[in-house]
Formats: sequence, C-alpha cells, structure tokens
Amino acid sequence: MAIGLKKRRRVQLIVIAIFFIFVATFLIGFAFKDGIEFFRSPTQVISESISENEVFRIGGLVKENSLKKDGNKISFIVTDRSNDVAVKFIGILPDLFSEGTGMIATGNMKGMVFEATEILAKHDENYMPKEVADALKEQGIYQE
Amino acid sequence: MIAELGHLAVIIAFMVAIVQSVVPMIGASKGYIGWMDAARPSAIIQFLLIFFAFIMLTISFVTSDFSVKLVASNSHSLKPLLYKISGVWGNHEGSMLLWILILAFYGALVAVFGKRLPIILKARVLSVQAMIGVAFIAFLLFTSNPFERLIFPPFDGKDLNPLLQDPGLAFHPPFLYFGYVGLSMTFSFAIAALIQGSVDAAWARWVRPWALLAWITLTIGIALGSWWAYYELGWGGWWFWDPVENASFMPWLIAVALLHSAIVVEKRETLKSWTVLLAILGFSFSLIGTFIVRSGVITSVHAFANDPERGVFILLILIIAIGGALTLYAFRANSLRSSAVFSPISRESGLILNNLLLVVSTIVVFIGTIWPLVAELILGRKLSVGAPFFEIAFTPFMVVLAIFLPLGAILPWKRAQILRAGSPLIGALSLSVAIGLLIWSLQTGGRILAPIGLALSAWVILGSLTDLLMRCRMIDIGFSAGLRRLINLTRADWGKTFAHIGLGLTIFGISAITAWETEDIRVAKIGEEFEVSGYTFIFEDVSKINGKNYTSDMGTINAFKNNKLVAILKPEKRFYPVQRMPTTEAGINSSLKRDLYIALGDFQDNGWTIRTYVKPYAVWIWIGCLIMAFGGLLSMTDRRLRFASTIRLKQK
Repeated sequence: MAIGLKKRRRVQLIVIAIFFIFVATFLIGFAFKDGIEFFRSPTQVISESISENEVFRIGGLVKENSLKKDGNKISFIVTDRSNDVAVKFIGILPDLFSEGTGMIATGNMKGMVFEATEILAKHDENYMPKEVADALKEQGIYQE
Repeated sequence: MIAELGHLAVIIAFMVAIVQSVVPMIGASKGYIGWMDAARPSAIIQFLLIFFAFIMLTISFVTSDFSVKLVASNSHSLKPLLYKISGVWGNHEGSMLLWILILAFYGALVAVFGKRLPIILKARVLSVQAMIGVAFIAFLLFTSNPFERLIFPPFDGKDLNPLLQDPGLAFHPPFLYFGYVGLSMTFSFAIAALIQGSVDAAWARWVRPWALLAWITLTIGIALGSWWAYYELGWGGWWFWDPVENASFMPWLIAVALLHSAIVVEKRETLKSWTVLLAILGFSFSLIGTFIVRSGVITSVHAFANDPERGVFILLILIIAIGGALTLYAFRANSLRSSAVFSPISRESGLILNNLLLVVSTIVVFIGTIWPLVAELILGRKLSVGAPFFEIAFTPFMVVLAIFLPLGAILPWKRAQILRAGSPLIGALSLSVAIGLLIWSLQTGGRILAPIGLALSAWVILGSLTDLLMRCRMIDIGFSAGLRRLINLTRADWGKTFAHIGLGLTIFGISAITAWETEDIRVAKIGEEFEVSGYTFIFEDVSKINGKNYTSDMGTINAFKNNKLVAILKPEKRFYPVQRMPTTEAGINSSLKRDLYIALGDFQDNGWTIRTYVKPYAVWIWIGCLIMAFGGLLSMTDRRLRFASTIRLKQK
C-alpha cells in the first residue's frame, strides 16, 4: 500500500509542478509585453516606424555641443555619427554623463523627439555600453 | 619578490589541489585508509598556501608596489588604508583570488571540524571540493594572474574606481563570495552522496550547516550591495533587477529551497534525491552567476573586465561541473530511495510547495536574465528585460509563497487536518486582512500593492508569532510555565521564527517604499525653501571640502517638520582627480519611520539641481534581511546540528 501511496504522491507532485510551470510560462509571456525594451541606435530609430506607446532604449554618443540645461529640463542629441535623434529629459543626469561619451536612455518617441524617463548610469568611465559599442561598430565609428 | 612568492604559492596550491582531487577519491573507492587520510592535510595545506598568496597580494597593495600590474591599475598611494585593502578584491584578478581563498577555506573547515564525518564521505567531499579548486586556480593562473609585473613601473597608480571606495562595498564582495562559494560545499556533499549512493538523516545534518552558512553570508552580501546602491548611486533605488544582481539572487533563492528541503530529509528521510538536486542547482547558479559577471556577455551596470577568453574558460568550467553533476545525478538518483509517506496536507507538503515556488521563481528570474543573450543570438535583436518583467512574472510567486508560509510552518509532520491545524492562525489571518483593508480604505488612489503587501507582511509576522505561542503552549499552561517552555525552545525553532519575521519585515519595507515614496526634483538657489510630503527643506549652503583623495561640493540642507529641525542633510558631489571621475554621495537621514534622501546635482547659473525623496520605512528592507540572517545563525548553532549526528552514528 505504501508503494501505491508514494506513487500517487509523486503523480500529484508532478501535476502541481507542471501547473506552476504553466503559470510561469503564461506570466513570462504576459510580462514580455511590458517588460522588454528593445534597443535601437539612432539609425534604427530613423529608419523604423515606432509607435509612440512603445518604451524602448536608445543608445549612442552624446553629440558635442548639443547638451542644453534649463533647470532640470535637459536636452541633447544622441548620435551614431550617421543619424541624430533629439532627446529630452527631466531630472538629474548620471555622474558620468558627458558630451562625446556613450549613453543609454529609456523612454519613448514623441514625434521626432525621444522623451527619456531614465538615463542609464555606468560604473566606470572607460566603459562603453555593449549595445552602443556594437551600434557604433556597425556604423564603422568605434573600434576596440 | 613578494609578488613572486605569492605566485609560487598559488602554483604549489594548484599541484596540491590536483593531488587532493585524485588521491582521496581513489582511496575512497578502493578502501585505502591512508589515501583517504591524505585529504585532510592537503586541504589544510592548500588553504594555507592560498592564504599566503592572498597576504602577499595584500602587502603589495598596502605598500603600493606599483611594479605589480594589478596594484598599478587599481590602487593609488594616496588612497585610505581601508580601500588599499579592499582594492585587493575590487578588481577581477584579485577577486578571483578571494574566490579561491574562500573555496580553500571551506575545504579546510571540513578538514578541521569534520572529525566526526565518516571517513569515506569526508574523503569524497574534500576531493570534489579540490576539483573545483583545480578548475578555478587554473583559471587564475592561465587567464587572470594577479601577480603579473610591469617592466616599467609607473610613478603612481591609476586608483580604484571611486564608486568602490566605500565602506559598504569594501565588505560586499567577501560576504557575497562566502555565500556563492559556500554552495560549493553542499555541491561537494551532494556529489559525494551520489557516488556513495546513499543519503540519510546524518547526511542532511552535515549539509544543513553549510547551506545555512552560505545562505546567511549571501543574504548579508546581497543586503550590503543593495544598501550601497541605495546611498551611492543617488537614484534612490535599492534593487534594479540588473543581471549581476540577479546572478546573486538566483543562488540565494535556491539556497532557501535547499535549507527547507534538507529539514525534510533530516526529520522524515524523504525528498532525498530532490535535495541532492537542489544542492547541485545551487552551486550551478553560483557558477552561472560568476559567468554572467565575469564574461560581460550581458550588459550590466557592473562593468568588470570583459574578456571573451575568460568567459569561455568559465563557460567550460560551468559545462563540466553542471553537466557532470547532472549526468551523475541521472544515473544515481534512483539509488536514493525514500521510505516515508505523507499526506497531501502535512508539513512535508508545505515544504514541497515552498520548494516548487522558489525553484519556479528562480527559473523566471533566470529566463529574464538570459533573455537578452538568447534574443541576440537567435532573433538578432538587442533588447533588455526591465523591472516590469520581474514585477509581473516573479512577484506573484512570492505572494503565493508568503500566503502559504505561516500555514505550512504550523502544520504537523506526516498528516494534518487543515482546519484543526490552521485554526490558531485565524486571529493572525483576520488581523492581517483587517490591516490590509484599513490601509486600502485610508489611501486615496495609490497602488493596490500597498494594502496587499502590508497585509502579507502582517500575516507572515503574526503567523510566525502564533507558531511560537503554540509551540510553548502559552495559552494552555499559563504564562510562567509557557515562558519557561519558550526559553527552552531549540535554537532551530527560534531561528525559524526570526528568519520568517525578517522576511515579513523586508516585505513590509518593500511594499511601503514602493507604494508611498515621494520624489521631488527641482533647481534650488541657496537659501531657498521647499516642501516635500510634509517636510520643509531649507537649502543652507554648498561648501568646498577636500578629502584625502578627492574634492567635494558638500551641500547643507536642513529638514523641518512642524517647524522643528529634524535632520541636517549633507549630500555631496565628489570628484576624484586621479580617475577624473565624479561621484554622488546622497545625504540620507534614516529613522525607523522614514528616510529623508537628498542627492545633489549640477550647479547651473540659477542654482543647484536637487533631487529629494521621502521614503517611508525604507530601512526595514535591510533590517529584515539582517533579522533573516540572524535567524539563520541561530539555526546554524542549534546543538542538534553539532551533536546529534554523532549520537546517531554511535547507535548504529
């Protein structure tokens, strides 16, 4: 009898485990809708049509002499040296943000302007975000 | 000379580890006592050699010997002593040496304190531990030698990344590594058990302290890292679901599952093969974490040395260790027969539910973490998985876990009736629901998260207290008799209570801060007054400060509540000239009820940008973690774990 009971317990266990995995798959699928942010270079932003509702990341170099600050309202141009996109941001820039260096911002397009909700910081001044480095390599600008 | 001595010690340790990984293993299968005995001295010698090498590297850092490449690129003569020492592990090569040191330290602990361990088991455990050691020492020697010299030493060093020059971060890596590497111990025990083909209660009692030690240090390490991010990065966040954070969180979740399932093996001699699998998974996630951090395949704000060659090496270690262990498991798991049966409603089932939820949620975190890599390789799209993903896919499992926690914890072993066993919890349940409803009705608008989270935290805390009261039968036998029983409860019981209450407090902190924090960004002139959620802040002034190796603009902002001065905040904007790097030091005033948090931004012609947060009950996130870790410590020092296994062996 004990053996039968053990087998039944095992079957119940597997059923519950499968149920959880099913729930997890469902939740992951659902979460992918909101939780995934695509990365685009300025060239991709210009060439693709992007819905204003889509939150995504843009990355590239901060164009020289484009950074303007008016109180906490900040605007600058992000470039991959082929195309430029204007970025607006309200808040405090990360410590290592400066013209001519790489950056990544999260936000969405409003017309032709990228409205950033977050500018990503990095921990190291020599660090070039991998996506930015790759995007610049595609444009033949950046070499390792 | 000093660096060469260190290098030599690592090379000798490498050879000792090779011997230690082969000889005792053969001895154990052939029954050669002498060969098995070789494990003990070699584990101790290996540790002493690595320790010596570590001291040599530390001396190089403290004496600022810039002819050593690592010192030249990560230290500076003006750096404070604490950061000269913490600089040893504030870089890739040095931190790998620390990794190996801790690995060898765990082996030596088993060698020294494992006198009562059966000799065959001990030989195999130390042998597996040495195999991991061989792999990582080889990694250090061949791809990341910390003792490399420069032919032309520079006049001064390049300094440690200023963000890492911080007391919180000085101790974050050692704790984290104690946790990561501690899971290698349970891994070694699992492999040894698979080779010998048996797992019993004594085995579980041997494994549990190691799992607890790893979990305690991992908890403290993660908490320190999150606390550091909170006050150092100036974004006011405490958890970002960054790949490197997830890399430490996944082994933590598995370690929690392992801790609980080891209890079932110990008390009921069932769930054996599952527990062995968890022990393997725990260390596998440690290795995956190491791979994610060291290879740089996934973009993270933690920019460590990203070197493809290193990534490939760790990937190889990972494949061999995980693949080998799982293959062995596939062949041998059947030999780990369980004898006990239990009903669907019982403590066993409760713990199985705990395990399933933790493992599934770990898988969710894992998918979210590696998805950017998968998408790039397969779909050719660059993307990142943000916090919303984890909030939707991960949080529900934690909510379910918290709902079932008090119930599972109070159920008796083997068989239970849910109504009878659960009835003492009715008080806790109704009180928690009432708290949730009260908060829901009081708050206008706001996120639904606050009432749910606060009700859950009340439920977990009150449920744990109810469990404690039931255990000492305070209600049945009167207060003083009950108090005596309460004092005499085992440390494991107290540990469980503390750990669960700690979890409840952390949930409380997370819910409160997520739902009720207020943020304000503005440009303020000196002397300006502004108000954020009931507090009045006066921007007094900004002065130039000269630190030992940095200069700083330090703001002074006085915070008033009801016209009474409650805090003077001193946020800083620092500049480290050697690395030409600015950093932000947030000005934080903590109390049990709220944190006032101010970060100073740039100076512009019309004032300074100032970011102000009022974060209710923020400190409880970390207090909860510490209480959890303390609970683990109580449980680890339970006398049963120290003595019972001997008694049991003698009875046999």
